[in-house]
Order: sequence, then C-alpha cells, then structure tokens
Amino acid sequence: MSDPDTIVIGGGVVGLSIAYGLARGGERVRLLDEGDDAFRAARGNFGLVWVQGKGAGKPAYALWSIGSAKRWPAFAEDLNRCTGVDLQLSQPGGLSLCLDEAELQAQADTMGKLASDLAALGEPYPYEILGANALRELCPPVGPDVVGACFCPLDGHVSPLKLLRSLTEALTSLDGELKTGQQVEAIEYRDGVFHVRAGGTTHVAAKLVLAAGLGNAELAPMVGLSAPVKPVRGQVLISERVEHFLDLPTGSVRQTGDGGVQIGDSREDVGFDNGTTTDELSRIASRAQRMFPLLAGVNIVRTWGALRVMTPDGYPIYQASTDCPGAFVVTCHSGITLAAQHAGPIADWIRGGPEPAILANFKAERFHV
Amino acid sequence: MFKLMPGSDPGPLVTIDVDGRALKVRTGVSLALALMEVDIVPLRRTPVSGAPRSPLCLMGVCFECLCEVDGRRNVQSCMIEVADGMRVRLATGARHLEAVK
Repeated sequence: MSDPDTIVIGGGVVGLSIAYGLARGGERVRLLDEGDDAFRAARGNFGLVWVQGKGAGKPAYALWSIGSAKRWPAFAEDLNRCTGVDLQLSQPGGLSLCLDEAELQAQADTMGKLASDLAALGEPYPYEILGANALRELCPPVGPDVVGACFCPLDGHVSPLKLLRSLTEALTSLDGELKTGQQVEAIEYRDGVFHVRAGGTTHVAAKLVLAAGLGNAELAPMVGLSAPVKPVRGQVLISERVEHFLDLPTGSVRQTGDGGVQIGDSREDVGFDNGTTTDELSRIASRAQRMFPLLAGVNIVRTWGALRVMTPDGYPIYQASTDCPGAFVVTCHSGITLAAQHAGPIADWIRGGPEPAILANFKAERFHV
Repeated sequence: MFKLMPGSDPGPLVTIDVDGRALKVRTGVSLALALMEVDIVPLRRTPVSGAPRSPLCLMGVCFECLCEVDGRRNVQSCMIEVADGMRVRLATGARHLEAVK
C-alpha cells in the first residue's frame, strides 16, 4: 500500500470529521483507530448540536459554535448524498429547563452576558427567557416543577451513532483507509516525514493529525505539541421507544429520531472510570421526571458512562506544530456540535489553506502560565 | 416454528389470554418461550421500521420480546415466568405516554 498524504490518529467523530473533510478535498487519508477497549467518547455522547450557554467568558468559542451550527445543515446534506444515512438532524431550537428561580436567573445572566459580548463583535445572539406559561405553550409536556426556560433557536440535535456510521462510510467511499486495532506506540519525525508505529506496522506520511481524544495528552508531546486533556464523566440513560411527544431537545433530555428518550445530566471527576452509579442515575432520572412527568413508568433500557475530553478551561485546542511541521492537534469536548467546522474550515486549513483567524483563541499556550 | 423435542413431556398446562385468545401453554417456562411454542411468530414489529421481530437472546438483553402483561407495557417476556390467567397483549407501535393525572 502506498503512503497516504495524511495520517489521522483517532477514529471518533473528531478524527473522522477531519479525515472526511481531507478526503473530500482530494487528499489520500489513512485513519488509525484504537481497539474497542479505547475510551470512545464518540460512542457515548448525547448528540446535541448546541450553542446556548457556550463560550461565556470566551466569545470566540460562542462564535465558533454558532458557525458550526449554521454549517450543520449543509454538512449533513453532503454526508447524506454520499452515504444515504439519515442522521436525524433536527435544529428546531433548544431549551434549558430550569427547576427553580435561581437556575433560571443564572441562565438569564449567562445568556445576557454572551449576547452583549457577541453584539460587540457584530454577531446576533438570539435567545428568549421564557416564564412558565410561555414555556408551556412552546413545550406542552413540561411539568409543574419547571419554572421557566431559556430557548435558543440555534440549538438542535442529531443521532451521534448515525453520524459516526455515515462518516465512516463516507471516508471509505472517498478511498480513505480506515485501520482499526491501531494503538499508537510511538511517533518519530525524520527528514520531514512522520513515522507512526502502531499494531506492529509503521505508517508513514508527511502530515499527521492527532484527534485521539484523551489519548492526545500522551501523543501530542511526541510531535512538539501539548494537549493537557482530562476525563470528565457523564452518565446517560435511554428509554424504550415511545410515541413522539417532544419536539425540542433540552440540555439534558431529548427524544431521539427513533423514539427513545435520552437523558444525561452529570459531570463527574472520577478519572478514567467510565462506569455508572445508581445514585447518579437515579438523580438524573428523577430530575428528568420532574421536567417531563409523563416519563414516570417509562422503561429505561440502557445506561452507560462516557468520558468527556476536557482541557483545563473546557475550550478546544487547534494547533500546528512548529517543531515538527505537518503535525496538527485537534481536541475538544463538543465533537458533535463542532463536526461541521472540523470537516470544513479545519480540514481546509490542514490541507494547506490559511489558518482561520479565530483559531488564535484556541492555542495550548494559554495553559502554560 | 418452535416445538418441544419429540418425546419430551410438556408437563401440566395453564391457560393464558393473548389478545383475547385463550391459549394453553406449559408451566415453568418464561412467557417468551411459551409464546414461541404456541406460534406467536413474529412476536412484535419494531416501532422504528415495522420489521418483524421475535425473541433472540431469551436472557434479558436484546429487548426483542416486549409485550404488555397484565396491563404493564413493554415487559421483557423472557424475564417473567408464565402464570395461569396471565393477560398478554402483543405490542403495537411505540409506547403511548399516558397523560399525567
């Protein structure tokens, strides 16, 4: 097999989105994916394409997320044309439901701050704080414990598993090579070329993209980069399929295109433990039931834990190596929301285009103080 | 489609109600198995595509054997033992969410 133009390490939604974007632009791509014992955030996540509340304190991140949400329809359409897989993308706006006045006030404060930060940058930030009555009109199944909500018309959701499948099929159909069972042991940069040793083979290419999620922490220093990422666990529940009752996704409850109700609402610092706990699952379920009382009695069919990939400030890192030109690191915890940016502007940059100016906000140097 | 091995003793029988039909089934087996033995095949259709489904794992994992039992919706019929007088309704479509009282 001949050497590819670019090796992408990481077969999750981040690595696949970039690999798909590169292959679409005409590059020969080889994607190295670890085994099924890897911590696969792309298989455990919640599936929101989400804007509201993101980037409070870092307006560039809000802009980057808004840009991706706007790119999503065309991204999904291109993928659908390529693979025929229905991603179940729906962007009708989303709700953050609040169970007490303090939550609602905090959400209103965050959104107000974001709106004024973005107004200063000339970007509109549409949202609405809804009281109990207005909310019930927009979303009739909410329960009496919900005091209000924030509605943002930019929000939506998608099937993360169908996205993963579609990206895999699309990459293959564009002659990208997908290699599984490739745990990377070492990367060497010699004579302007990367030698990646994985699973008994050495893969060689002039360009290298690190998109290995939590694995980036160890890989990045091999090519003069830094990705200080740590796991933050989320626990998720999914119900049996029920009749359609919920049009709008909320930050913690959404009805999937297949009818299951997905519920996820935890952030835990527990290292590399991706298990579940009864205490946390019951807390999540009881909150969801207060939001939507008609969920009482609905059967939960599966629960799982997944590890978010978090930098110290929660924002992404997009960086090209100066020590080893041709190496890039990409890490973020919103791989679904940002997939359209990764397949578009990020892939264009890695292919050799100019670096999008906004990426200056997402360098690892911010952690080296 | 599913039958006891020739020569095996079915033992005592009980009567269950399946969508209004009185059916005689073996005791001491799971409801899913009992329904398979009286030729309830397929047991259901998926609410997503409408494709026909029957019990697969018979050990509580695959959720293909769902039916309504004595008024409880989407019970895993492989996880409960058949009982005399059990009222079974085969699943039709996605679960309906009852209005909150």
